[in-house]
Amino acid sequence: MAMTITEKILARAAGKTRVIPGDNIWVKVDILLTHDICGPGTIGVFQQEFGKTARVWDPDKVAIIPDHYIFTRDVKAHRNIDTLRQFVQEQGIRHFYDPAESTYRGVCHVALPEVGLVCPGTVIFGTDSHTCTHGALGAFATGIGNTDAGFILGTGKLLIKVPKTLRFRIDGTLPPRVMAKDIILRIIGDIGFDGASYCAMEFTGDAIAALSIEERMTICNMAIEAGGKNGIIAPDEKAFEYIRARTSAPLDPVYGDPDATVEHEWRYDAATLVPCVAEPHVPSNYAPARDRTGVKLDRAYIGSCTGGKITDFRAAAQILRNHKVSVPTFLVPATVEVAEALLSETFDGRSLVQIFADAGCEEIAPPSCAACLGGPEDTYGRTSGSEAVISTTNRNFIGRMGSKNSRIWLASPLTVAASAVTGHITDPRDIS
Amino acid sequence: MNATDTQIIRGKVYVAGDNIDTDQIIPAQYLNLVPTIPEEYTKLGSYALCGLPDTCLPFIQPGAVTSEYTILVAGRNFGCGSSREHAPIALGAAGIKAIVAESYARIFFRNAVATGEFFPFETARRLCDTFQTGDEAILDLKAGTLTRAPSRETFALNPLGAVAPVVAAGGLFAYARQTGMIGKKG
Repeated sequence: MAMTITEKILARAAGKTRVIPGDNIWVKVDILLTHDICGPGTIGVFQQEFGKTARVWDPDKVAIIPDHYIFTRDVKAHRNIDTLRQFVQEQGIRHFYDPAESTYRGVCHVALPEVGLVCPGTVIFGTDSHTCTHGALGAFATGIGNTDAGFILGTGKLLIKVPKTLRFRIDGTLPPRVMAKDIILRIIGDIGFDGASYCAMEFTGDAIAALSIEERMTICNMAIEAGGKNGIIAPDEKAFEYIRARTSAPLDPVYGDPDATVEHEWRYDAATLVPCVAEPHVPSNYAPARDRTGVKLDRAYIGSCTGGKITDFRAAAQILRNHKVSVPTFLVPATVEVAEALLSETFDGRSLVQIFADAGCEEIAPPSCAACLGGPEDTYGRTSGSEAVISTTNRNFIGRMGSKNSRIWLASPLTVAASAVTGHITDPRDIS
Repeated sequence: MNATDTQIIRGKVYVAGDNIDTDQIIPAQYLNLVPTIPEEYTKLGSYALCGLPDTCLPFIQPGAVTSEYTILVAGRNFGCGSSREHAPIALGAAGIKAIVAESYARIFFRNAVATGEFFPFETARRLCDTFQTGDEAILDLKAGTLTRAPSRETFALNPLGAVAPVVAAGGLFAYARQTGMIGKKG
């Protein structure tokens, strides 16, 4: 019987020839990802349940990427990183990227593919809801809690339900200055904040094929904002090229059957998509940017696993190289690799760092999750009052960036940059 | 804690609306607390639902570490957002024994089942418009009903379905041991 890419990956990981949505199956895990805010609790569960001296099922399949609370004076945050250090040493885990060492990477969902740990056809669980990002390279990837992660540490397996698939086919060509973020915000707006609950979100069509891997990551990253279990894009030559540049591991991709049944297929003509925002306080509050030019802003923010990749900063620089910002504009590269590219990449002889400085942006922060999720009081870019923020991040919940009284509009890096220039929500097509 | 120790849950109800996200359940600044450290587990409970807008009734009274409410009644998509297990744990640590919502976000529901902190029930009816914060209620696990104590109105809860055996066993580890997936503890 025909299966979707998600069903096929899960069937293979369960050692079955076929699965159907609703089946509860034990799957073998290829990568378990954790970080500084859920890692210590996961280790706690593992040691409570399997014993203080228990060994993880496979130290080479565990990736521990501290990224959330790194550049803070918070004592517990540092204790938590120490807990990770001790654990990786005891267990011989080599995929650990210590914030105090030159091996530090930054935001886990950008770092994991960077270090070559995301391969097509694999099963990846992470103690972070944005683990769904990794479907951009054809993996099944989803977020879990500490207890599930502690279970995986001990067994390398997890019991999961096979999701139904919702397919999103985006054909045609995206208009200039319309980005992946505009595609996914439109989809979430159409299907709702819980519109993909328990479902796989499969993205396909020429417009998806034309996107860079980083732009595909933006789309899969936000599957969770519609309640999706995973986001996934069939791997292609672009994906293989990205992966081969980062790992020599043998690749064993999985493709869906063309006649596989999906729960529903949504079709879009890319040419009809426009720069947009998600208004406070849910990511499904879609509005075209041109319909919200009356919204005055107090700050702009470019960063996070969704919007802090080099592609995102390149896009922002396209606009900011000709302008000055009129509101405080905070920049947080997702990873060290992105931060380095900001220095090395140039537009007309100026580095991106120089362009942002000339435009009057705030000093660029070191790579981490920073104010995407508020964090400790001393976090860079954290809101503290009733700020109106336009941001490339993924969530605009009440209090998400710190203060319960601040309001967040989500948008693409182009829309954020254009809005930073004018001080109100601005369609990037309406600025040079 | 294991939520399966009792057949009847009795207590005060706290009512919340739709899309109560994990940042409202436990704001990110408290994610430096590690749930498996007992004093930090208690501390997480003391911050449960402190991210709700200030216009909401407090879930925990100022100065208290646990809540006077035992049952939480909510609307759609409860627990949406992050995979932080701190969220169900904070609610459990605060004293919540059962949640009755129209629907849950997937990861939150799964974490609730895996930790066994409380019973995550769904109802076909939108009870957050029927109940009021402070109502006394009785949740009968065996009968699968929620009764509003003063009026005796009774509402059916949806069966827990595929996760029932996991909940009945007392969480993921207990279930895995019961079914022979992993060996005895220690």
